[in-house]
Amino acid sequence: MAANRQKTRSIFVGELVHLVSPNPETDAGLFARWMQDSEFVRLMDTDPASLLSVAKHKQWLKKDLLEEDRKDGLFFLVRTLQEEKSIGFIGLDGIRWVHGEAWVGVGLGERAYWGQGYGTDAMRVLQRYAFDGLNLHRLSLTVFEYNPRAIRSYEKAGFIREGRARKFLHRDGKRFDMIFMGILREEWERREGHGEDS
Amino acid sequence: MNLNTQLFEGRLIYLGPINRDQDAEVEARWTLDSDYLHMLGFDLVRPLSPARVKKQYDEIEKDMDEKRNQYYFSIRRMGNEEDGKQDQLLGFARLTRIGWTHGTGTISLGIGDAAERGKGYGTEALHLMLHYAFRELNLFRLSASIPGYNQAALKMFEKAGFHEEARQREAYHLAGKRWDGIYMGLLSEEWSNQHGS
Repeated sequence: MAANRQKTRSIFVGELVHLVSPNPETDAGLFARWMQDSEFVRLMDTDPASLLSVAKHKQWLKKDLLEEDRKDGLFFLVRTLQEEKSIGFIGLDGIRWVHGEAWVGVGLGERAYWGQGYGTDAMRVLQRYAFDGLNLHRLSLTVFEYNPRAIRSYEKAGFIREGRARKFLHRDGKRFDMIFMGILREEWERREGHGEDS
Repeated sequence: MNLNTQLFEGRLIYLGPINRDQDAEVEARWTLDSDYLHMLGFDLVRPLSPARVKKQYDEIEKDMDEKRNQYYFSIRRMGNEEDGKQDQLLGFARLTRIGWTHGTGTISLGIGDAAERGKGYGTEALHLMLHYAFRELNLFRLSASIPGYNQAALKMFEKAGFHEEARQREAYHLAGKRWDGIYMGLLSEEWSNQHGS
């Protein structure tokens, strides 16, 4: 009698990865190490690359990202299902509950896991969480034009290009555009074959 | 305009600092107008008490002091002693999210009292802010995020030279209808070409 039984898998679990809460006490070192990879930082962040101590990262995790009172952000560590290895982070920020919209940010700090679908899987987990769990209407993101791998990954996850902030980034003596992308709930539902029997 | 020109003075209005006690009373009154709050694109819209407004001022000033990535101005009427409206608080103008290494920032402004809109105060404040951003802060470009239902703001920014750069589909949900979020941008060189200054 499996035909109409709903999938009982937790909303935080994907095919390759699952999302967990970062633990500032044990994970600050991971973040500090990832942020030492300047290529990673410059692909992921508009903030200029800089090096902060493990203690500072612990403080930042505790204060900014995981603060209890913060109602406009949800932040996760991305862990592989097979080896339980922490490979990066993903989260929602600037959540506007009334309008049903939020910004997605993701970064895989472990280079060995780039280009193999882990990021795309993490994004799909987050989308299901956002649309099915939080009942949001749309997700937004920005990505740098010099990061084609991420752009491809987001397009694979159903994000649609919506424009670009011209010459937004100044790095290596050159100017680059920042691309805007978005996905609506009904677009995600169509892609996931929602409403059909699982 | 040159180094002798007053950065903060226009003809009809001028840009000023926060006057904590007096301004809080006025701004609290503005928050009774839900249209005003919606036009600014806020998420949870609610009337604020003067005490709550003062707390916001304190957070802004703390931010300006510590993070140096934000500039907040009150918009005040130039007025004269005869009409007694000198220094009257009309609205706010703000540069936020300044990224110094990229030379970017976001601009927002609002005229609080509906009766004072459409008189050119916003346009003049915007002009002063653009000059300040491009000629004193030396920013490379400015962004503005405007809800699609705010036609007045979209027109004002377009007239000032901003271009629509991205359309965030259905980012706003108001009175049972969905609206796009319009992301606009203006490069310093574009502004210079328009103003030849």
